[in-house]
Amino acid sequence: MQEEDRIHLSYQVEGGDLTHAGEASSGVKQTLRKLGIDPGTIRRVSVCMYEGEINMVIHANGGLAMVDVGMDDITITLTDYGPGIPDIDRAMQAGFSTAADSVRDLGFGAGMGLPNMKKYSDEMKIKSIVGVGTTVTMVVKIPS
Amino acid sequence: MTIQQLTEELGLTVFALDDPDREVAGGYCGDLLSWVMGRAVAGGAWLTIMSNVNVAAVAALADVACVILTEGVRPDPALLAKARAQGVNLLGTDLPTYACAGRLHTLIG
Repeated sequence: MQEEDRIHLSYQVEGGDLTHAGEASSGVKQTLRKLGIDPGTIRRVSVCMYEGEINMVIHANGGLAMVDVGMDDITITLTDYGPGIPDIDRAMQAGFSTAADSVRDLGFGAGMGLPNMKKYSDEMKIKSIVGVGTTVTMVVKIPS
Repeated sequence: MTIQQLTEELGLTVFALDDPDREVAGGYCGDLLSWVMGRAVAGGAWLTIMSNVNVAAVAALADVACVILTEGVRPDPALLAKARAQGVNLLGTDLPTYACAGRLHTLIG
């Protein structure tokens, strides 16, 4: 693959319904498999992407997931027009969550989503404006 | 040890078994899905009492070898359908999580 041959994937993530959460992540996983990306990298991308997808479903009424696959790295950009994150440092703390009880009953809302995304990506940036939305960008490097 | 061998050794119920020959290496017990997502080992057995459809997504994306529903928990119809569709190996036991993990540890370390 040449550098100019980067592959762009994009998925619309529906909000509110956790039943279908993970479909975008599963789609990315299948594509990365077909591209011959190593299983460890696929797993890291899957965790980052799924956690982000869950966040968009729970908190932001869905959004757009874009994945950009290059020779050396995979960049995931998640954009939503949800309520925004008032205090990103606090949101990043393991165990902090604003998820509803109905979400917790399903096994989510443990406050591990953002920490997992940080743990499994090599770079992560969050841009958020309250009342406007949030963009999370994560880069996962592909070992050479 | 393969999933098939593990199923026989522990007398597990088979709900979905797409890849009986996959090796099981290690395990993880947990019901908080993000915790499992962050901590479960790839290729391991995941023991849980969670039975909703999201278990299939977590299992597939975290790349665990199989899910074992413990304590006699049975999968929701949606989970069963998704596990079969996505090739997630979904098993069950009446054993409590602790006892199942103990036996698993004895078998595969």
